[in-house]
Amino acid sequence: MDTGQSFVFPNELHITWTVMIVLYPYITGMVAGAFIVSSFYHVFGMEKLKPIARYALVSSLAFLLFATVPLLNHLGKPDRALNIIVTPNFNSAMSGFGFIYMFYMLIVILEVWFSYRVDLIEKYNNSKGIIKTIYYVIILGNTYDNEITRKYDRRFVTVLAGFGIPVACVLHGYVGFLFGSIKANLWWSTPLMFIIFIFSAIVSGLAVLIFLYQFVHWKRKLKVNQDSLDLMAKWLWGFMIIAVVLELMEVLSIAYERTERWAILEQLISGKLKFSYVYMQIGLFSIVPFLMLTVTSLIKINIKLKNFLIWLSSGMLLMQVLLMRWNVVIGGQLVSKSMRGFTEYFPGYFNKEGIIVSFLIILIPFLLLRGFDKLFPFFEKKEKLDKVK
Amino acid sequence: MEKIDRRQFIKLGIYTTAGVLVGSFFAFAKNDDKIEVKSYDDLLKFDWGYVIDTSKCIGCGACVRACKIENGVSEEYFRTWVERYEIRKDGKVWVDSPKGASESFKQNDYPDSTEIGKAFFVPKLCNHCYNSACTQVCPVGASFESTDKVVLIDKKRCVGCGYCVQACPYGCRYIDEEKGTADKCTFCYHRIHKGLPPACVNACPRNARIYGNLKDPESKIRKILNQRRYGTLKTDLGTNPKCYYIELDMEIK
Repeated sequence: MDTGQSFVFPNELHITWTVMIVLYPYITGMVAGAFIVSSFYHVFGMEKLKPIARYALVSSLAFLLFATVPLLNHLGKPDRALNIIVTPNFNSAMSGFGFIYMFYMLIVILEVWFSYRVDLIEKYNNSKGIIKTIYYVIILGNTYDNEITRKYDRRFVTVLAGFGIPVACVLHGYVGFLFGSIKANLWWSTPLMFIIFIFSAIVSGLAVLIFLYQFVHWKRKLKVNQDSLDLMAKWLWGFMIIAVVLELMEVLSIAYERTERWAILEQLISGKLKFSYVYMQIGLFSIVPFLMLTVTSLIKINIKLKNFLIWLSSGMLLMQVLLMRWNVVIGGQLVSKSMRGFTEYFPGYFNKEGIIVSFLIILIPFLLLRGFDKLFPFFEKKEKLDKVK
Repeated sequence: MEKIDRRQFIKLGIYTTAGVLVGSFFAFAKNDDKIEVKSYDDLLKFDWGYVIDTSKCIGCGACVRACKIENGVSEEYFRTWVERYEIRKDGKVWVDSPKGASESFKQNDYPDSTEIGKAFFVPKLCNHCYNSACTQVCPVGASFESTDKVVLIDKKRCVGCGYCVQACPYGCRYIDEEKGTADKCTFCYHRIHKGLPPACVNACPRNARIYGNLKDPESKIRKILNQRRYGTLKTDLGTNPKCYYIELDMEIK
């Protein structure tokens, strides 16, 4: 077969899954990743992560509440979205979505509630009027707070976090499975896909936590907990190595097999995805943070510089994961199923599924997170004593 | 021999022409399967299939136009389309389908077109696979296989997620942007049960498109499949398609 010319099937001139479907796995990735990080403390007892455990959990909730927004914006018939629960076709991998999502939401909400019960009771006691009523509803009218209730709260949190880890992996690994199981798509169809998605989720979860943690502390002029930060940076370093190696191994194995599909995927990588995949995702946003995190993890350097490098790496890895989602979701659809050419895609600026809306969708969970801080304070009060004078 | 006058000659000519026309109408009539569907059990007697004879198609695009009119298909998308394959003597392949061939084909700007070794047209449409990937992945069960083995979409149930569009290896599905739901060829389901051929079959001037009941050993389609060599598209994916291509070239994907 010689693809001297580019041909796509007439129905492939428009791609079906737009940038909204890029954002969905990006947001759920952060949800799952942040949750798993919070569980490191709750389940595995990593004391060093205690200062960020609750903040990680609340972040997870903020992103989770918005994960379905890009999907609803994308659906041709959003008013029928609940059909997925009302009339599910269990032969379809996607039909499990509603159930997994709801189950996970339940776990996260319960865990947040148990984690913050003591704080909420305190807020209830200290507030007046309608605010007091709101808190009364949130704590479900239960104002008991003593050593025994606290012990049970902790126990519930541990159990929920324990349940949550596999569910978080399922939630996100399952998104990877949705792509990886599409045999019709040459770029997606690989059993490695869901594993890659789980690892990239943990990378994005760690990265967003580190990024925001440092940003909030810098903004509020608070001192960061260096032990927590160092540990998270090391985890980020480790997980990003695994994620990137898996991403490369996937392509390598296709290349090495040299089956029919490599002929066209080779052109995809060296053509349409050359900039976003080779130069950006792998080159700039994987290798550079890898080198920086290698330095911060292995070499003793000035704390300020080190923290800056960690912060920069986490920001870059957030971009790396976004690029990875783009290159998977959009890249896969650029290849024609005729195996003879590529289609084009640009989301447009002001479209319903365009760039402006995408930015808003990404931004809103962060704003929500800011609002959540009022309700569920992220960081322990003790830390405020460390305020830089 | 008795000489015939002019009037008799014209009369004979008219009768002969009319005879040939009426005769050919019956001889080439495309709805050779008598159909009567009154109950569910009647549906069980059918398994609709499709044969495409790539050696007959001339790329006129009448089928594409007929389909668009019959089914109200928007200009940008296609329930059926025709591809043109031009294979050069040095083995290079040129494939195109401008506007799905709805305006037929024009001479293309393929370099050294004089060097073309062989060329042919290939109509494409939904394969109504026995083991269809699209019905498997539909999360709400809107895409389904009918009792008489036609893959259909329940437009009142479809959420427009596009998963089926991704899953179809043949590029036969699309999201109808106006309605927000998935769409594709139905074999003109509203016609075949009245004994009428699908619009594309009806429009084809070369009988390159043949449809029929695969369960009926006497059907035209079954007889063709028993006599000719054929292939299906992307057999390695295990979808088990029901569009059978006569003279399927290896370049056709």
